[in-house]
Order: sequence, then C-alpha cells, then structure tokens
Amino acid sequence: MNAGWIVLIGLATGVYALKAVGPLLLGNRPLPKIVNAAASLLPAALLSALVMVNTFAGGKHLQVDARVFGLVAAAIALQRKANFIVVIVAAAIATAVARWAGGVL
Amino acid sequence: MVDENADQPAPSDAEAHQAAAAARCPTAADETQRRTTRRQAISIGVAVSPFGVAFGVTCAKAGLTWLQAAGFSSLVFTGGTQFAAVGVLAEHGAAAAAITAGLLLAIRSLAYGVVMAPALQGRWWKRALWSHVMIDEAMAVGTAHDDLVLRRYGYLWAGGSVFVLWNLATVAGAVLGNASEVWISRLGVDGTIPASFLALVWNRLQDPVQRWVAAGGAAISIVAVPIAPAGMPIILAGLAVGISPFIGRRGRLPTTTSR
Repeated sequence: MNAGWIVLIGLATGVYALKAVGPLLLGNRPLPKIVNAAASLLPAALLSALVMVNTFAGGKHLQVDARVFGLVAAAIALQRKANFIVVIVAAAIATAVARWAGGVL
Repeated sequence: MVDENADQPAPSDAEAHQAAAAARCPTAADETQRRTTRRQAISIGVAVSPFGVAFGVTCAKAGLTWLQAAGFSSLVFTGGTQFAAVGVLAEHGAAAAAITAGLLLAIRSLAYGVVMAPALQGRWWKRALWSHVMIDEAMAVGTAHDDLVLRRYGYLWAGGSVFVLWNLATVAGAVLGNASEVWISRLGVDGTIPASFLALVWNRLQDPVQRWVAAGGAAISIVAVPIAPAGMPIILAGLAVGISPFIGRRGRLPTTTSR
C-alpha cells in the first residue's frame, strides 16, 4: 500500500468525522439560545472570511492581483441587483481583462 | 437529490391562501426561491469544476493514479484539503504530514456542521449521508436562507451539484492532463470564487449586526493569513460573532433605514 492510499483513507475518515460531528451530535436536539444566536451570525463571519482569503491570499502571504477587479465587478453587479450568474460572469470577465491588461502593460 | 417535501400535498387553489398563512407548504414565492437556489447551486458547481480538473492534474503530477485522484474527490471531498495533501505528497512528504495539512484545512467543516445542524434534522443515517457534502459552497448556498427547509434545500443542491461536477472534473483532469492552470488564470475563473461567496453573503449585509460581524470576520481572516496555518483564518473569523453583543445599540443607530 503506497503513501497515496494511506493519506486517502486517513483523510477520508478524519475529514468526514469533522463534517459529521455537528449534524450527528447536535441534530434533532434543541440548542441553547446562545448557540442559536451565534449560529445565526456565524455564516456572515465565515463567508466574508472566504471572500477575503480567496481574493487576497496567495499561499501564506497577502497579495493584490487581478482577483480584486473581479470582486469589485461582483460588488457592482450585486449593487445593481444582478442575478447570481451575471455576478459570477462579471467577476470572471473583470479578472480576465485585468490580468490580460496587466500582462500587456 | 433528496427532496423531503414529497409528503406535503400541493395546495389546491382554494386552499392556497390558507396554506400560505400556515407556512411551510410550497407557495409560488417558495418555488421562485427554490429555482433561484437551484440556479446558484449549479452555477457554483460549474465555477469550481475547473479547479477539479486542476486537482486531477496535480494528482497525476504527484504520481497518483486516476483511481486515487477520484478517491480523493469522492471520499475526502473538500477542495482545499485535497490540494494541500496531494501537494505534500508531490514533494515526497510523509503520509502523516499530508494528513495533518489536510485536516488543518478541514477544521472549518466543524463550524459549518454546527451552523447547518438545525436544518439537517431527520433519521441518523440521513444526517450521516448529508454530512458528507459539508463544504464551503453547500454551507454558503444553504445559509443564504433563514428558513430551515430552504436552508437544507440549498445545502443539498449545492453539495450535490459540486459533488457531481467536481468528481467528473477530477477524473477528466487526471486522465487528460495539463493546460488547466493556464486556463483558470486566463479566463479569470479564480475571480469567480470570491464573487460567489460575496453574492451569498450580500443579503446579510443589509442588517447592521450581520454587517459588523462580517466586517470583523473579514478583518480577522486578513490578519490571520500570514501568521496562522492554512485553513485557520476561516475558522478564526468565526470569533467575530463575539462582537455582536457590543453592537446592538451603537450599530443600529445610523443604519436602521436600510432595512
């Protein structure tokens, strides 16, 4: 058995355990009020962190690159109440154009 | 996909108003929301699939077989974790190091599980099955809804859509090989990922408390990127929830009109 299979089995087990703890242990059981309150706010914090990390992180350092233009385009589209697909496509085009322009200049 | 609403009879015209008042039955507005949600789920699956191709290529370069690549995408099924672990293997790192790197990136699934748990009620084996798609995208599409039924609907659709497309893309990448990274960058595909998360948090930003928490989470994650291990910035951002008791009074004052 090579390292690939060992890592695969180890991670499949470990990651699944992390995923399932919430639904299996907390599910079907009323949660304390404070946990509910925190859980209703947690997505805002997690999602905004996902936005930031996927825009500004390059490995372990921060960088500003063409992805920022994509994010700005997405924000403008959202401000104008564009639907989800338009937002995504606008972000791709802005990122691609900014990168192309950066490469040309 | 699992649709749990089969047991709810569709309301006839005469009963429609009553049913709407009693909530929980599918209404026209409900169906519109479901359609929007399905569209989001499929778009987000399409947006991540180039990264699935890239993962397949990475596996091939690291000397893994296509079967192992497919195994990672179907059984581990957590993008960042998969890349981290195979990255370590590509540099001939130890299996333990690869597993540790992968698990660090997956710790946030724990937080997602707590958030999603109230929406994922049912028999234990259903909850066990549903948990497998506890990924960024499923949490994001699900939590765009406050209603628990719609929340589960979004979670399962996004999870299912990403699962299918991610796995097909992985096999394609592992078998066909190389050019994917160039195209991800050239077509701006990497710019769609933060955009989709922004779109899914957008409505929450109308509420001042949510907005402050979001700003706090964003700030924490940025500060954490250079100093914390990969994956930790997201979960550390969750600490921003702790500022909510302090913004109740101040936060609402200037912005209540926006609600």
